[in-house]
Amino acid sequence: MSTAIELRGVEKSFGITSVIRNVNLTVAQGERHALIGPNGAGKSTLFNLISGYMLPTTGSILLRDEVVSGLAPYQINRRGLSRSFQVTNVFANMSVWENLRCAVLWATGHRYAFWKNVDRLPEVRERTARILEDINLTARRDVPAGLLTYAEQRALEIGITIAGGADVILLDEPTAGMSHAETERAVALIRRLTEGRTLLIVEHDMSVVFGLADKISVLVYGQIIASGVPEEIRGNPKVKEAYLGEEAA
Amino acid sequence: MTETTSSVAPPYPTAAEKLKFYGLWVGAAVVLLLLPKLFSSGGSLTTFSLIGISIIFSLSYNILLGQTGMLSFGHAVYYGLGGFLVIHAINIIGANKLPIPLPLVPLIGGLTGLLFAVLLGWVSTQRSGTAFAMISLGVAELVASSALILRTFFGGEAGISANRTKVFRLFDWSFGPQIQIYYLVAAWTLIAVIAMYALTRTPLGRMCNAVRDNPERVQFVGYDPHVVRYLAFCFSGFFAGIAGALAAINFEIANSAYLGAVQSGTVLFATYIGGVGFFIGPIVGAIFVTILSLGLSDLTQVWQLYFGLIFIAVVLFAPGGITGLLMMHRPLLKAGTFGRVLPSYLIAFVPTLAMLIGLILAAEIIVYYAVHSGDDTHIKAFGVPFDAANRYVWAMAAILLVGGYWVARKTWTFVGHAWDDATSVAREKGIAA
Repeated sequence: MSTAIELRGVEKSFGITSVIRNVNLTVAQGERHALIGPNGAGKSTLFNLISGYMLPTTGSILLRDEVVSGLAPYQINRRGLSRSFQVTNVFANMSVWENLRCAVLWATGHRYAFWKNVDRLPEVRERTARILEDINLTARRDVPAGLLTYAEQRALEIGITIAGGADVILLDEPTAGMSHAETERAVALIRRLTEGRTLLIVEHDMSVVFGLADKISVLVYGQIIASGVPEEIRGNPKVKEAYLGEEAA
Repeated sequence: MTETTSSVAPPYPTAAEKLKFYGLWVGAAVVLLLLPKLFSSGGSLTTFSLIGISIIFSLSYNILLGQTGMLSFGHAVYYGLGGFLVIHAINIIGANKLPIPLPLVPLIGGLTGLLFAVLLGWVSTQRSGTAFAMISLGVAELVASSALILRTFFGGEAGISANRTKVFRLFDWSFGPQIQIYYLVAAWTLIAVIAMYALTRTPLGRMCNAVRDNPERVQFVGYDPHVVRYLAFCFSGFFAGIAGALAAINFEIANSAYLGAVQSGTVLFATYIGGVGFFIGPIVGAIFVTILSLGLSDLTQVWQLYFGLIFIAVVLFAPGGITGLLMMHRPLLKAGTFGRVLPSYLIAFVPTLAMLIGLILAAEIIVYYAVHSGDDTHIKAFGVPFDAANRYVWAMAAILLVGGYWVARKTWTFVGHAWDDATSVAREKGIAA
């Protein structure tokens, strides 16, 4: 199987504080890969590095065997990688419809066009409508995103992330702060929407992780201490000690 | 088109909605056409021309502020350079008998604004927020001071002038009389307003709003926020150049004031007072500020002071501007609960007015003693003569100001309650506030 994301000896330090230490990670095409680890382990920093939001201090990051570290976030996005944010990060003053449409425009090739009527682009309408239905916000289409409930905003966050049709998706704690029922719905949504795509997900909820992931990597103090299929991770003593042990206790 | 799309996507406008939409533009054109028939004096034609110019300029400014979230302190640069180039262009066209009629000359101003926006914008639009605001201020100072240094091009303090009637004539329009200038400005205003409205409905226009709301997220949907800001800046410069060109044609002169901080401040002022969150906001602001500045300057010497006070009041109490204030009432009108707030407005109006009169009286007396002390104490403000030395007038000002404020504050609370009441009823009826 070919690789979707590959990290080679990636390090990130802020001043003298090193946050990510010699991380090597491979995510295969079409794989659902979960990244777990205690708070402050550097999971979000790793996402920021992969998505181009931050530059690695050393090491390189490859997207489908092509080096992307050093590229701007929008360049990486155009190469087919899309990410969501841990803290909801939508266009608050714009309607749900407009939020999703903004995420569709580049992918449908309209770019910076100033000679087309945005309301009259059939393929944009079609794709936006499909995503809107996928995330179950049809009834909230014209509501400004800032006025949605928390769970709805999280759904919109996922919608924006997948709307551009990227085939490598990074989700940063998509179910954080959700109730049990909301989490279940969100997981079903993620499962459906990432069908046939590569998913790298940061998650704290172990039932989500073990229910969704094909592979799991454990990040502790900026280092990957284990990587493997769920059963291996469950049985790994190092993981138990560093992470699951703490959680269970 | 699939079934999903037609049921989920916002419906295309119905025939009735389309008729209303296009009818609005046709209506605007008719009003512009008929306006000189109703107000035919030279003074009002000049006022209308200035309003038209101000509308284009303010809307161009709002491409930056309201649409893309960039606060510029130097928008007059593109307005002024457009104006200067047009004066030179008129002189060149006249001297060489080039076959370019005056109605096309504003385009030269627009292209000048565009050119300088293209040149100066790339660096300044790297960042929005404070960095952009500071760079815009720096560029404005740079250009304004070079206008005084490069005398051959800018004409120093006197500026440069031109004779618009010397330009190649089409259909025997000399563009000497103000009425012809009015129609020229009106036509360009309509074209520019339509163009700027259309721009908001394009992919670029929508992404401008996205950049305004959340430039960070824009990067993760494939867009470079810098490019979006830069393109918005170029469009803004183009339309500002057209406005400057029309001003130059109207006055037949361009001087350093065109490029100056006051001009940049005025457009910010007009746009903000009108309301940056609405397309028509800057139009409302341009009309309001132009009329007010022409009217107030006749009524009082310190009209700029009142301008400043109005601006502060809008920023503090009505950040949505005049348009925002009006739009707030739409749900109430729809729900039919406007009648609940109206009486409270009328009650609040009286003490608030008394307070404002007290404020004006006090301001005028202070101005007299600070600026004109020793002159005749019988002064006139807003057409009302009074004696600035009279202690009773002082007492009256104090009573109106303090007493008015004291009473008005209570009535404002009353307005607040009436407002809450009316909006909650509207909300119960399912009309979003």
